Amino acid sequence: MKEGKTPVTWDTFYGDVFERNWVFALMIGLCPTLAVSTTVLNSLSMGAAATFVLICSSVLISMLRKEIPNDVRITAFIGIIVTFVTIVDYLIQAWSLEIYASLGVFIALIVVNCIILGHAESYAYKNSVLATAVNAFGAGVGFTVALVLLGVPREILGSGTIFGYHIMWENFQTWLVMQTPVGGFLTLFFWVMLIKYIKLKRNKAIANGGKCSSVDTHNEGGCHG
Amino acid sequence: MGDSLFIFMNSMLVNNPLVVLFLGLCSFVGVSKKINEAASMGIAVILVTFISQQITFVLNYPLEYFAVEYLRLMVFISVVASLVQIMDIVMKKSLRGIHQLFGIYLALITTNCLVLYVCIAQVNKGYTYFESTALGLGTGCGYLLMMVIMAGIREHLEYSDPPEFVKGTPLILLIAGILSLMIQGSA
Repeated sequence: MKEGKTPVTWDTFYGDVFERNWVFALMIGLCPTLAVSTTVLNSLSMGAAATFVLICSSVLISMLRKEIPNDVRITAFIGIIVTFVTIVDYLIQAWSLEIYASLGVFIALIVVNCIILGHAESYAYKNSVLATAVNAFGAGVGFTVALVLLGVPREILGSGTIFGYHIMWENFQTWLVMQTPVGGFLTLFFWVMLIKYIKLKRNKAIANGGKCSSVDTHNEGGCHG
Repeated sequence: MGDSLFIFMNSMLVNNPLVVLFLGLCSFVGVSKKINEAASMGIAVILVTFISQQITFVLNYPLEYFAVEYLRLMVFISVVASLVQIMDIVMKKSLRGIHQLFGIYLALITTNCLVLYVCIAQVNKGYTYFESTALGLGTGCGYLLMMVIMAGIREHLEYSDPPEFVKGTPLILLIAGILSLMIQGSA
């Protein structure tokens, strides 16, 4: 088994948040992203819960990576992840019943969030504890960023508020559609389209003689937003 | 019985798992390229959802009797994961044809949120046996329906020529949005 060779720096963290963002670059973990991002507060709580589970489970898996046999690793990962999800489930219930009600079944469904299992399989099982912790934190922040990017336009346009405070003008006609699932799909559509547009423009610039400083294997595009 | 029928139709169309409740979107984007692939994925999901829903419905009674509800999530996900594994082995051994039809999609179902959602929702909503079965079957059928519709649209998209920056994932999301609008408009 090889130890992680990438040094733990600000760059790897930045890369995890933006370039290898699970939601926008890999289209993984879409279900909670679209379902709970109706308001910014929901987005942030979901992001925090998922980040907590991601960091704790990744660190534990990384610590135990030499003890877990290869054949039963997925089962072991799920066992570890479900423990932390149960903790988060009861923590949120104790913290605020309102948030618990609005996140609903999606707290329990963190267990089957592909981001967490994918991270355990592709990174935590092969790398040292410190590198895993930084990487997991980056992936968690990246997930939260994606949630907030969807939550902000949906809350502003859908109910004219942000964190519950009215910010739009007096007679602002709210776009009800943004609060419905349709708004989730359309908002994500606009972000993904924008990212792809920027990426294509930059690739064209590179082809015309520019230089791309960061090359990563994770993501076919190389460097984008 | 009437209630069960209502729950079946409701979970299949009005609360469609893919475009209204956002469950199982990874496979919606990933496995919806061809109609026959989407259909085998859908049938596999119906099968797994139905069986795991039946098992977890029964298993919930001992959990409540011994007052260990905090173990519910762990028990349910273990049931789903081991059921998928067992089905994979049994089918490989005795039902070769069906196993080849399902291919790798069977293994992917463990991380499909839809299956776990049905198991948790039947407990949270306090459904009876028939209502829970209707919920499981309805959710599975709704998944199959949307997967096949999406795959049909995507097969025809091969012949169209959208702008470069919309091609691929953005276009799938836009179509999903329109499908969602359609479901909500007719509900």
